[in-house]
Amino acid sequence: MPKAFPSFTRRAMLAGASALAITFSAGAVSAAEPIKIGLVTALSGQSALAGEALSRGMTIAIDEINAKGGLLGGRMIELVRRDDEGNPAKGVTAARELIFREKVAVLFGGLDTPVSMAMVPLVNSEKVPFMGPWAAGTGITKNDGNPNFAFRVSAVDEIVDIGMLDYAQKTFKSAKPGMILVNNAWGESNEMGLKAALDAKGLKAVGVEKFEANDVDLTPQLTRLRAAGADSLFMVGNVGPSAQVVKSMDRMGWKVPIVSHWGPAGGRFTELAGPNGKDVHFVQTYSFFGKLSPVGERVVAALKAKYPSIKGLDDITPAVGVANAYDGMHLAALAIAAAGSTDGDAVRQGFYKIGKYDGLIKTYDKPFSPKVHDALQASDYVWAQFIDNRIVPVTN
Amino acid sequence: MLLVSALISGIGLGSMYGLMALGFYVTYAVSSTVNFAQGSSMMLGAVLTFALTRNLGLPMPLAILIALALCALYGLVVEFIAVRPFANRGSDSWLMATVALGIVLDNAVMFTFGKEPRNLSSPLAQSSLEIGGVSLGVYPLQVLIPVIGVALAAGLFYLSRRTRWGTAMLAIAQNRSAARLMGIPITKAVAFAYALSTLFAGIAGVLIAPLFNVHSEMGTLFGLKAFAVAILGGITSAWGVMIAGFIFGIAEALVTSTLGSGYTQIITFALVILALAWRPNGLFGRAEVKKV
Repeated sequence: MPKAFPSFTRRAMLAGASALAITFSAGAVSAAEPIKIGLVTALSGQSALAGEALSRGMTIAIDEINAKGGLLGGRMIELVRRDDEGNPAKGVTAARELIFREKVAVLFGGLDTPVSMAMVPLVNSEKVPFMGPWAAGTGITKNDGNPNFAFRVSAVDEIVDIGMLDYAQKTFKSAKPGMILVNNAWGESNEMGLKAALDAKGLKAVGVEKFEANDVDLTPQLTRLRAAGADSLFMVGNVGPSAQVVKSMDRMGWKVPIVSHWGPAGGRFTELAGPNGKDVHFVQTYSFFGKLSPVGERVVAALKAKYPSIKGLDDITPAVGVANAYDGMHLAALAIAAAGSTDGDAVRQGFYKIGKYDGLIKTYDKPFSPKVHDALQASDYVWAQFIDNRIVPVTN
Repeated sequence: MLLVSALISGIGLGSMYGLMALGFYVTYAVSSTVNFAQGSSMMLGAVLTFALTRNLGLPMPLAILIALALCALYGLVVEFIAVRPFANRGSDSWLMATVALGIVLDNAVMFTFGKEPRNLSSPLAQSSLEIGGVSLGVYPLQVLIPVIGVALAAGLFYLSRRTRWGTAMLAIAQNRSAARLMGIPITKAVAFAYALSTLFAGIAGVLIAPLFNVHSEMGTLFGLKAFAVAILGGITSAWGVMIAGFIFGIAEALVTSTLGSGYTQIITFALVILALAWRPNGLFGRAEVKKV
């Protein structure tokens, strides 16, 4: 009876559909359904280690929250990770998947400013709160979204620039700084930031020099800065080119203090730059070396217990990734708790309601407001240097 | 003082470009083809030396010899896969094929060696040369590079003008089929030229590595500048190519020291275009005789 098939199928489909609908509606109210938190960052290639640090920081925080019974009346938190390979297009595709299919409550971004910048319009239009634990581009949190869903627990270029100037003045009594910057968007953004910071104090750089990421000899640029009378240098560049600056200065026999953005922290700076690498002071948001707070001790113990490859403080690297992600995750959880739901706009406003939180990097007190979407300020930064292969806070 | 230091660093840089550009000259002279990914060959020399010394613990001189031998071998591979199949059919696709092979090599190195820049230290790049206690601001290695560059250019010049091999090369360049009829093994000669070409790039890589960082993309910009130098020098003359390298390097350093680094790329490459507009066959090149 071929005729029976269509009606049977239709009925079956209806039944199936209603069963599905029941399952879904039941799922939506179930207390056991986990709250998903997304992370889109580089998990492969050169930056894999840093992406892993972000994952670890978040995982430790999530374990702590889940051990205390989760959020919103017993819902556990679940981390969902995707690799962006440092590529903005891949980052946006992954972010879409996490938002639409996984329905993440908060989306964490990764290392690269261009990737985060590409995701910001998406999170603003889809009303999904975004947390930046690494990329420092000023425009990520200062975007034209109204309302703005992007928050951050990391360094911010324009604040780093103010911090670099303050540090150079305080530590090295610098009066005539020069700039040596990588010739790309990152260098450009910091040139603007440093000029603004200098302007605010009625100062001027004696010279601004650029270098290509693959330049071998930087003595021509540095000779100009020396001739202009620079008494200190602001440096912005990744680990390789930063090492070339140090080596070229060494060759010239020119020694002035170098105050740097966090580029040197991204690799084997001591091996590349030679013995003078230790004289470069660069910005970090956190260091596990030195006296640890109770939170610090707790996190180190948890990391050692969870990851057998972590035997000592040296192995928690890059430290800023672990620390920013850990605090970022706890702050996001507080925002969800304050919102009382995982609704995107409610969570966004939940961030503004966070009061005191005793974190790893510092004790946060009302870290976010509609005007301030960056939890860390210049006074929270730590100045560090390489001693052998460890990044340790500068002690002077 | 500014000018002196610019001159010193310019000569150092220029000889590196010249050394790489000699590699273009060697193959172009015999086959009118070049390995566009010469930068990758240079990277290979540096990466192999690093891996042989640091990972296998070989002494530096032995590591350099093995690395250079492997570079020459890689040259044969380039010729066999990326040039011969196309050149034999009269196609210009070797141009793209050599670029593609270079990208494959860069990525293979990235996967095996890692993308993290490493340092290959050399006793010749530890402390600056001094005369009477005054630092000259250059490592001994930076003086060695121009010396090796000029010596290789001189060797090539001698080889091409004074030996049977050189005469054979000249014959191939002038008339391929006539040369073949005279019993000159053209295929072998071209393969040999490619081996020599990557060998030069490898030498450049080994020499530059201690002054630079070793990583999979270290050769990209160098390869590009070396090609500009080869064209500027007129690709058909070993001396021309080497001298063009010096001119380019000194121009770069002078522009950076006088006008600032923001102008370096714009002005040096504009100068190359101007020079070629003035002498379309390069500063020291000769126009090919077109037989009608």
